[in-house]
Amino acid sequence: MGWNLLRGWTVLVYLFMFLPVAVVMLLSVNASQFGSFPMTGFSLRWFVELANNDAILRAFRTSILLGTLTAIISSTLGVLASLALVRYEVPGRNVISTLLIAPILVPEVVLAVALLLFLNVLQINKSFLLLLMGHVIFTLPFVILVVQARLVSIRRDIEEAAMSLGASPAQTFLQITLPLLAPAVFAGMLFAFTISFDDITGTLFWKPGGVETVPTQIFAMLRNSISPEINALGTVMILLTAGLPLVGMAIARRMASRRGG
Amino acid sequence: MSAVQLTDIVKQFGTFTAVHRMSLEIPDGGFVTLLGPSGCGKTTTLRMIAGLLDPSEGEIAIGGRRVNEVPIHKRNLGLVFQNYALFPHKSVADNIAFGLRYRNVPQAEAAKRVREALELVQLPDVGDRYPKQLSGGQQQRIALARAIVIEPDVLLLDEPLSALDANLRESMRVELKRIQHRIGVTTVFVTHDQSEALAMSDLIVVMSDGRIEQVGAPEEVYNTPATEFVARFLGASNILDGRVSGADGGELTIEAPAIGAIRVARARAPGLDGAGPAKLVIRAEKLRLAAPGALVDGEVAVDGMVETVDYQGQAARYFVRVGGEQLQAINMIDDHPFAEGEAVSVCLRPRDCAALPGGPQ
Repeated sequence: MGWNLLRGWTVLVYLFMFLPVAVVMLLSVNASQFGSFPMTGFSLRWFVELANNDAILRAFRTSILLGTLTAIISSTLGVLASLALVRYEVPGRNVISTLLIAPILVPEVVLAVALLLFLNVLQINKSFLLLLMGHVIFTLPFVILVVQARLVSIRRDIEEAAMSLGASPAQTFLQITLPLLAPAVFAGMLFAFTISFDDITGTLFWKPGGVETVPTQIFAMLRNSISPEINALGTVMILLTAGLPLVGMAIARRMASRRGG
Repeated sequence: MSAVQLTDIVKQFGTFTAVHRMSLEIPDGGFVTLLGPSGCGKTTTLRMIAGLLDPSEGEIAIGGRRVNEVPIHKRNLGLVFQNYALFPHKSVADNIAFGLRYRNVPQAEAAKRVREALELVQLPDVGDRYPKQLSGGQQQRIALARAIVIEPDVLLLDEPLSALDANLRESMRVELKRIQHRIGVTTVFVTHDQSEALAMSDLIVVMSDGRIEQVGAPEEVYNTPATEFVARFLGASNILDGRVSGADGGELTIEAPAIGAIRVARARAPGLDGAGPAKLVIRAEKLRLAAPGALVDGEVAVDGMVETVDYQGQAARYFVRVGGEQLQAINMIDDHPFAEGEAVSVCLRPRDCAALPGGPQ
């Protein structure tokens, strides 16, 4: 009896979470002019229109460029910061660590306004570079958390063994530490990319005029009308943001199994 | 020539001094063990030789050359750790070949040397496997192969057997000694296990609190401890307070309240020269318990009473009350052990005794 109740609740919770997603995906293949039920037939016409919509394609390119650069910069900085914090006696290590993690704890709106005001004071104009900087700031904590956790589990004596065999500190990092760290770096990059790709709050504040990312583009389109194209775009976003980590995990698992589990 | 020479080495961590002005010469080709309880500075010393720690003071020379300023990767040392420290993402063969890459060894030559190293550690067929697929003992053999394939000037072993289970540890001990003997590399071995130290070493360096207590061959350290610490740390000893009551050319007479006067050879009492307080040291296995009255020629006997029996199978450890002292005796069991409360005769041969200077009294 008690178990059945729990099962029922679980199903309801999942429905509540995933039904809207399913509805969006379902409606994206609806042939009707209006994005609502009842469905009138199966069609991929909204995807075709999406592919012909210059504004959306431009937003896609911006988002992917932004996400990729964010992932690369964040993971580079994250690996370096983690190395310093875990492997070296940096003065004020705890304070630095807390400061680097802080962007997760501060509400994004506050962070967004703060950065904007700061740049205003410095009289720097909004630009793509600023947008990129903002994204790096709030994806960095995720990278650092993932990489640090992994780095702590890499035994120091493995690196010491490599050095005793003749590898310089740089060679030891490239030959031993980085390959062992790779799954975490990879996960951190995926995190950074998907967070950047999905972000709207900070992006709305920081983006220069004329630049749209996919989320801000959807937001702009919604203000005019609810076109079924948005459902198609939503579906693409869902597949991309859910699919990337799945592909990533599959790759990581294959890499692990090649080395004998 | 000594392979490794430490001169007045001091190592401080903040206000804590881990190694106090230590000097040591490690002979070429020797198997030298740094032995002591945890926190005695033995691992710190090894890490300074390796170049993983910088000494606060003093000089380290390897092969007659000062290496204080030489970083670890240029010292040409083989290092084996307690937890194997194999590279988990590289195959066994790649693990062993790792050091050869930095020595410009041609590919074919490297492959041959890897094969030879695998044969030396008696694991010729595991080259393609990954460390995780090997047992602990096998992993430690691979770690050893990886360290010796580079033909190091000195092999440094940091408690390499402590992570293995008891049976394996003993067979690895024999194996390790065989390999070291075969290649003749100077070896510094760090352990807290006295039986490992006694079984494997040419020379044992007993350390305590960052200082050297005694340096000597295993038998020397065991039979003629230089300090009370060494006497207590190695094996089970009875240490009795007494005084030197007489001396002649070759022997000292030491009077201990519990067992009377014992004549100890001067060679077994290196720290004593004449009258004054002394300590008499008798190994627990050198005390023979017998039925009262059964005395063998050349033995000294005192009456005692068995207080506790610690049965160990082939032997038993007895705690025997003799006068005001409790003595420890480890005897092989002939028929059946003595029982608690039994009156016994405690017999000892004076030549089994050693003596140390007594405390300031």
